[in-house]
Amino acid sequence: MQIDQLFQLMKDGTLETLYMVIVSTIIAYVIGIPTGVILFITDKNGISENSIVNKIVGVIVNLLRSVPFIILLVAILPFTRALVGTTIGSTATIVPLVVAAAPFVARMVESSLKEVDAGIIEAAQAMGSSNWQIITKVLLPEAKPSLIVGSTIAVTTILGYSAMAGFVGGGGLGAIAINYGYYRYQTNVMLVTVVLLVIVVQIFQEAGMKIAGKSDKRTR
Amino acid sequence: MIRFEHVSKTFQTSAGEVKALSDINLEIEDGSIFGVIGLSGAGKSTLVRCMNLLERPTEGSVFFHDTDLLSLKEAELRKQRRKIGMIFQQFNLLEQRTALGNVCYPLEIAGIKKKDAVKKAEELLKLVGLDNRMQSYPSQLSGGQKQRVAIARALATDPEVLLCDEATSALDPNTTRAILELLKDINAKLNVTIVVITHEMKVVEQICDEVAVIDHGIVAETGKVQDVFLKPKSQIARELIFPKRHEASTGTAKRILRLSFDGQKSSEPVISNLVMECQTAVNILGASTENIGGKAYGQMILELPEDEFKLAKVKSYLNEIGISYEEGETNAD
Repeated sequence: MQIDQLFQLMKDGTLETLYMVIVSTIIAYVIGIPTGVILFITDKNGISENSIVNKIVGVIVNLLRSVPFIILLVAILPFTRALVGTTIGSTATIVPLVVAAAPFVARMVESSLKEVDAGIIEAAQAMGSSNWQIITKVLLPEAKPSLIVGSTIAVTTILGYSAMAGFVGGGGLGAIAINYGYYRYQTNVMLVTVVLLVIVVQIFQEAGMKIAGKSDKRTR
Repeated sequence: MIRFEHVSKTFQTSAGEVKALSDINLEIEDGSIFGVIGLSGAGKSTLVRCMNLLERPTEGSVFFHDTDLLSLKEAELRKQRRKIGMIFQQFNLLEQRTALGNVCYPLEIAGIKKKDAVKKAEELLKLVGLDNRMQSYPSQLSGGQKQRVAIARALATDPEVLLCDEATSALDPNTTRAILELLKDINAKLNVTIVVITHEMKVVEQICDEVAVIDHGIVAETGKVQDVFLKPKSQIARELIFPKRHEASTGTAKRILRLSFDGQKSSEPVISNLVMECQTAVNILGASTENIGGKAYGQMILELPEDEFKLAKVKSYLNEIGISYEEGETNAD
């Protein structure tokens, strides 16, 4: 393969990966934050304790989380087709990525919220806050640094999942590694994709930690 | 102001029912500083949380003015809570907001315009003596400063009552004294009724007008602070006031004096001087005195022989050296 061809391939692959990962992460958070909040507030001694809701949401989250991604990917192909009209390419990959990542994100959000001191919530209640005010003005802002750390972990996990999608016609660096490295024995191409993946993970990780550290007012 | 009628609270735990409060009747007067004292586990934290329904009593009624708080809907209750400020042992400040942001919080949720909220918050932070720490985050403040922010925050919605749950228990003696002075000031200047929950006698002694002694979920005793201190009727109150002392019965009537120290030089051997000067033996029944910056604070309870002449001598000596005292009598039985 010509060097400029390889370069073009890698550039497209990287952009596709970034597209899949970033869009999936955003949608996973749009679903995962409310779900995590529901899990937290309906839990025992939560501000809106409701064991039935908590159990139902908890079971759905756990069910989705226990299916290995590569199986989930295949299992929901009909759903993916119904939603985006195709099962191949980066956009189609976003569907299973979100289905797999949203429950994971929900649990991460829940655990970040659990780190907020119960005393702070009690103080907010004593001041006459409604539950909505507690969620938006106390819980989420107080958990922000932890949520940001969680999101870097989520991005890394989703990036890993996105590579697996290469096996069933997903796009991105994962697909390149599988198509060239695995099916055509072009080890050098695979190596380049691995290096690129490592760099992408590093960038997300570093940026996430930096932002989390900056936004945390507890340590100075 | 706040009235409890037959309030009981039972917690359901895995180990069965735990009765935290049983049949509590209390009335807290407008403008007073009311102390609730008890050992840990006596139920005092539950008691104070029943005042703003952070805990809902299982039986009885809680009146704020003449409103039965338990009959209110959620939104109504939230409105009432804005009139009942609360501060905590662990301060419970929003860690991700500055001091100013923390004081603004209750104003924000009450729907007050940002500009007005900031103005009010700045005034309050000045009142508690934090003019120059408004932009600091809680992690940059000392314990005493954090409690000052919490006090300013609790006062933001112009409450009529301020509930203090072990508010000084995490602070050193100096800071405790300063915070208690601030509370006293607020009570006097802003006419805010203050309820102080504590396990420390010295806190009650320093600022409270009235006190309720709580033991195992019941009110063991209640009354004016000087009465309870001088003539504790219940066993638990005696234990709290005269720690580690076993009641020794002497069979004869004794005179009791309660001495208050508020800033005398601690290097002065007051009691020895008194004994030598008056030629009489005294028995120290209990003392909670502290040396803060070379000055003595606290109280001491002395037992004196039943001898009018010597008693008069002791009193005149105390007057002379400027130590205030109250007199009581006990029949040692």
